[in-house]
Amino acid sequence: MNRWLTIGLFGFALALPLGAAAQDLLIRNATVYTASSHGTLKGADVLIRAGRIAAVGTGLAAGGASVLDAQGQALTPALFGGITHIGLEEVSGEAATRDAGLALGADAHHMVVRPEFDVTLAYNPASVLLPVARMGGIGFTLLSADAGAGGSIVGGQGGIVRLDGSSDPIGPRVLFISLGSSAASLTGTSRAGQWLLLDRFVAETHGRIPVDSPHARLTPEGRRVMAGYIDRGGRIVFRVERAADIRQLLAWSQRHHLEIAIAGGAEAWQLAAQLAAAKVPVFVDPLANLPSDFDQIGATMDNAARLHAAGVEVGFSQAGDASHNARKLRQLAGNAVANGLPWEAGLAGLTRVPAEAFGVAGQLGSIEVGKRADLVLWNGDPLDVAHTATQIWLGGIALPMRSRQTELRDRYMTPPPDRAAGQLPRAYSPRR
Amino acid sequence: MLRTLIAVLATALLASCAPTRATRAPAPAAAADDADGASAAFASTYRAVSAAPVLISGATVLIGDGQRLEGADVLLQDGRIAAVGRQLSAPAGALRVDGTGKWVTPGLIDVHSHLGVYPSPGMRAHSDGNEMTAPVTPNVWAEHSVWPQDPGFATALAGGITTLQILPGSANLIGGRGVTLKNVAATTVQDMKFPGAPYGLKMACGENPKRVYGQRGGPATRMGNVAGYRAAFIDAAEYAHKRQEAADKGKDAPKRDLKLDTLAGVLDGDILVHIHCYRADEMAQMLDLAREFDFRITAFHHGVEAYKIADRLAAEGVCGALWADWWGFKMEAFDGIQENIALVDRPARSCAIVHSDSEEGIQRLNQEAAKAIAAGQRAGIEITPERAIRWLTANAARALGIQDRTGTLEPGKMADVVLWNGTPFSVYAHAERVWIDGALLYDRNDPARQPVSDFMLGQGGAR
Repeated sequence: MNRWLTIGLFGFALALPLGAAAQDLLIRNATVYTASSHGTLKGADVLIRAGRIAAVGTGLAAGGASVLDAQGQALTPALFGGITHIGLEEVSGEAATRDAGLALGADAHHMVVRPEFDVTLAYNPASVLLPVARMGGIGFTLLSADAGAGGSIVGGQGGIVRLDGSSDPIGPRVLFISLGSSAASLTGTSRAGQWLLLDRFVAETHGRIPVDSPHARLTPEGRRVMAGYIDRGGRIVFRVERAADIRQLLAWSQRHHLEIAIAGGAEAWQLAAQLAAAKVPVFVDPLANLPSDFDQIGATMDNAARLHAAGVEVGFSQAGDASHNARKLRQLAGNAVANGLPWEAGLAGLTRVPAEAFGVAGQLGSIEVGKRADLVLWNGDPLDVAHTATQIWLGGIALPMRSRQTELRDRYMTPPPDRAAGQLPRAYSPRR
Repeated sequence: MLRTLIAVLATALLASCAPTRATRAPAPAAAADDADGASAAFASTYRAVSAAPVLISGATVLIGDGQRLEGADVLLQDGRIAAVGRQLSAPAGALRVDGTGKWVTPGLIDVHSHLGVYPSPGMRAHSDGNEMTAPVTPNVWAEHSVWPQDPGFATALAGGITTLQILPGSANLIGGRGVTLKNVAATTVQDMKFPGAPYGLKMACGENPKRVYGQRGGPATRMGNVAGYRAAFIDAAEYAHKRQEAADKGKDAPKRDLKLDTLAGVLDGDILVHIHCYRADEMAQMLDLAREFDFRITAFHHGVEAYKIADRLAAEGVCGALWADWWGFKMEAFDGIQENIALVDRPARSCAIVHSDSEEGIQRLNQEAAKAIAAGQRAGIEITPERAIRWLTANAARALGIQDRTGTLEPGKMADVVLWNGTPFSVYAHAERVWIDGALLYDRNDPARQPVSDFMLGQGGAR
């Protein structure tokens, strides 16, 4: 019985007050993985003032800030959760809880192209997925708008949100376009149709097809939004796997001088040098080593390592349950490291690379002076699933390491109540 | 996400398993002793690859029964574990393997796989895991769908998987028989069938059957689901009774019925019951169903709410085959927690199992276990490696009814062994070598010891 009691009290002690204000804090004696050119600093201190990183070094003076001794544990930037629908879907199987795709047309034969669709407007920061992700050390994610039947290969726009409960995305919007076999049903069942359409969209954006033409696909607002990506350097994320499609994509994007990134890229390693030369970041799933379809025949565990070796900026995204299990992303990074990616590049793929690719590197993604104090303390190697996050700070606020899942856990940690002894059902357990 | 969702739901639609009366039968035994002779059909033609003795020395050895030995040797001979201990002497002609700094475990066992029935590439023509033509199909057998050229068998082997149960999906209330395979590359599934392993029966609770059949004649509700199981077992009980009566009185047996053969096998205890079931309340319903018809449930699969009834599962001797962290992809998965495995493992006489239900997850069951250990630790539950390895080996073997053949490194068992580059419970762990029945069938550092499926030949340009 003592054991139960101890665990119960331990759990209770973790219940920090919600809505705590940012306080100045000196994290002392940490192994600081800066994810910047400063590399790893052992026995270093990080001073947080007004929600920002005020100093990084050794022997820093607290100057009125409260002090936490990290006892040498790993301190990283809060991690990227991948390209997800966190806050855009609560239960994947329940359509009423999903907001990530726009389907105004009846089906795949009734294409409706709406690049102006901005999925961040549906973002719900009160979703139970947020605390679950934070428990895994995740502080920001890229919300994606997905292609689908009744829409088009242009999914729409997403953006970076920080998982601190704030409502608005930070940084620029990002446009999502899907290519390859999984999207071919949206373009007359041939992937060649994807290039036909994309060229058409460029022509429309540049006014070469009148808005009132029966062949026009874009609305005036859609043209304006597309111009931001085609003419003004907005980032377009292409979901694409096959090397041949990536080759076409590189040629097409270079022809139009586009800033692109690739999500998936199972066969990207076959074009590593070209991707490096074109400075295209690739967000790979390092666990995708099977020929899941005929676009991924060349899938291999070495993908991330080979791309990195060629000079490609490698980030991570996952093919599985990206949103609910966003916390798995660091397992992906760890597996990439176990298969040849340098450890620092593995961490960069979870921090600096996505921050730079999606235009928020000035705010987060590394531990440097002036950045937001979005930090995680770990009880071991942050890339190894054998260890867990012990504390996350977002904007300098230590967020409670609790979620709906820890509530459930603690409710069922104790033996079943003894009704004969007057104990109430579990439903009466105290809420934290 | 829709594609992912569909994939997840499709995956979630799968499962089944088999029991064993495993004697120390030599390799190709067919275990043909069902009253109806059914298990003589499609008999195993598995043959172990013959190999010289192997002595692994100086390793950290997890036996699989809860013991851990440091600096220990493991001797494989004639396809069996010959000895485990210190300073073992190598027989003549033995291959010596320096295990210094490395870990040795039993071969890993996945009780829930759809390799071969939902293979890669995931083409429509390959979609052979759910007989979605009626909600009760105990007449179908997963082995008749298994495509042995699924490249996923090889990648699972690289993750240390030596035995796996292939199950039908979970679209149906009663989805059909599962089959237990040795993970040895072959041209026919019969060449992979684990000799003498009992059959499993895949059943499914909850959302999947009612979603699939809700607009197709039912069941459309959970109460419809339960009515469907009961109707099937009423028929099975009558069939079993008539068959017994005929045997006792020398009368003609009833006409053979494939559906009822399988269900009667469950009632006889010859076929092990594996139930895809997420919610605690539904698991309790299924335990009552089993009581009503006097059969045993071997394992609940997925069981994301198993932690809510962990004591009861242990008390009733039912295994929980679980994921480390899947949750939220449908309503019945909404209450998933990362401590599920640790909490199900905690009671006395528990049977927690890490399963995959995934061609990706099966490649790293060790990492799934590592996550479960870490989650347990965060909740104040310390779990040693020698305990956790049971989730992937001995407990899984128990659920497949092959625990006296494999699943631990006890002498006399099949020499199904993995040599790891360090602790298996890390993201950096690699299975360096994998032996099955004493034969080295995977070596991370030797391409000649890495199987390549027919499908992968000549594919994908230069690698």
